[in-house]
Amino acid sequence: MSGDPILSVDRLSMRFGGIVAVNDLSFDAERRKITALIGPNGAGKTTVFNCITGFYKPTSGAMRLTHDDGHAIQLQRLNDFRIAKLARVARTFQNIRLFPGMTALENLMVAQHNALMRASGLTFLGLIGAPSWRNAEQAAIDLSRTWLDRIGLLDRADDAAGNLPYGDQRRLEIARAMCTQPALLCLDEPAAGLNARESAALSELLLSIRSEEGTSILLIEHDMSVVMEISDHVVVMDYGVKIAEGTPRHIRDDPKVIAAYLGADEEEAIAVMESGT
Amino acid sequence: MDYFAQQLINGLVLGSIYGLIAIGYTMVYGIVGMINFAHGDIFMIGGFIALITFLILVSFGLTAIPLILLVVLLVSMAITALYGWTVERIAYRPLRHSFRLAPMLSAIGMSFVLTNYSQVAQGARVKPVPPIITGGYTLHEGAGGFVVQLSNIQIIVVITTVVLLALFTWLVSSTRLGRDMRACEQDQTMASLLGVDVDRTISMTFVIGAALAAVAGMMYLLYYGLVDFFMGFVAGIKAFTAAVLGGIGSLPGAMLGGLLIGLIETLWSAYFSVEYKDVAAFSILIVVLIFLPTGLLGRPEVEKV
Repeated sequence: MSGDPILSVDRLSMRFGGIVAVNDLSFDAERRKITALIGPNGAGKTTVFNCITGFYKPTSGAMRLTHDDGHAIQLQRLNDFRIAKLARVARTFQNIRLFPGMTALENLMVAQHNALMRASGLTFLGLIGAPSWRNAEQAAIDLSRTWLDRIGLLDRADDAAGNLPYGDQRRLEIARAMCTQPALLCLDEPAAGLNARESAALSELLLSIRSEEGTSILLIEHDMSVVMEISDHVVVMDYGVKIAEGTPRHIRDDPKVIAAYLGADEEEAIAVMESGT
Repeated sequence: MDYFAQQLINGLVLGSIYGLIAIGYTMVYGIVGMINFAHGDIFMIGGFIALITFLILVSFGLTAIPLILLVVLLVSMAITALYGWTVERIAYRPLRHSFRLAPMLSAIGMSFVLTNYSQVAQGARVKPVPPIITGGYTLHEGAGGFVVQLSNIQIIVVITTVVLLALFTWLVSSTRLGRDMRACEQDQTMASLLGVDVDRTISMTFVIGAALAAVAGMMYLLYYGLVDFFMGFVAGIKAFTAAVLGGIGSLPGAMLGGLLIGLIETLWSAYFSVEYKDVAAFSILIVVLIFLPTGLLGRPEVEKV
């Protein structure tokens, strides 16, 4: 691979006792591109995400994130809120994890914690209502409203997030992740549970995030229509190892990939493919 | 009727003090899901620091009462907040990812530590102060010679409570810190992924709770004119009862529960027997918990998947 990777995963391994969830995995995610991580259930995709976002300390290996200014960060050395603050990596989960009791607008405001934190001078300027804090608060509200407008939820800004329809909650989660102003956006099955029309809207949103915000996206997805439509690069995993990578077109015709999905071995898959054509 | 009105006033004042302490219990429960049994002792510490600050100021020859009160309020809030922060830092944070009961046991231990620390440092005797705020208003003079009075200190307690509550409600509903606290309450993992420093937010919760308890401690000192090292225990249990009665985790619930416990206690003492006032307060709690397990304003807990 050539080019300018934002994320380089280098020989990443993650073991839980005797189980090897990720085994010696290396891949790059290109800057301002959409990289998809696919594979059958249990292939270790979410484990990779959990390593990248600091939930797991990898057994071995490194993950290097390089910002636009050339500043590089070793992700395996960060944890908790530092992933969002220093590395500027944002993520969503397979299940929806909005703050259901807070309004849509408040959900987006929480995500701007760090921007507001700087302006509030460790809380105290904020408590006395200093002008710099007021401006920052207003800017945060403006950014939140811009995103609500983009996902078509501006008129529901003050509704509790938990009361929104499922598809809206999915898009609100992505908007919330974007409000942290991430360099790398990790999405774990964003299209899960969406109907065809909602999936199409999601694809459009992700493409616009890539082109307009210039955010790099790493994506786990089972919905192949989404993967094939928007990915620039696809990495295929099975049983914790990388079995293929390349462009969506290249992956679609790879017998190893088809074999992994069908649960068959390679020769059988080739036979199936040839009989089909 | 006059007698009843007077008891109502007394109950309201006592209830305000309980309410201020109860907020600390309910806030901590909301965010970390544990009962901070040392909170009653934080209230006691607040009372002591108010007393010490007061004596120091007086020994410097200060005589302007409003100025003294303001300084005492700020100093006791600040130092008690530091105690609250320290307790969380040394006794709860290291156990946060331990089993569920561990921080609670640690809290009970911390309560003993604070009680005994005060006893050793300040002595076991009750510490009285001369009445600092005197005077009041006669609201009504009854035919039988009974006088309904509203003293200045009672007015100060209630007004301070109302102002603090308004400030606190604003803090939780519309500041960054309040949003962070509510976010941590609902999903700590997600909050930290969005860049919120969860540990720091929890620390701030303890700091704010302790500051409110310090105000309650100072009000107690002014109202009853005494503090002792053991006062945190009963007051703490009462305030905890108030928090549960109102629905633990709910801020308006804590205040409502505090007022109810204060009123029940005062009215029971007035009409039945002083000795059994605690029995009355706790019996009401049992009845409420049987028929309304989540308290008066609490939401039923939703199991997380």
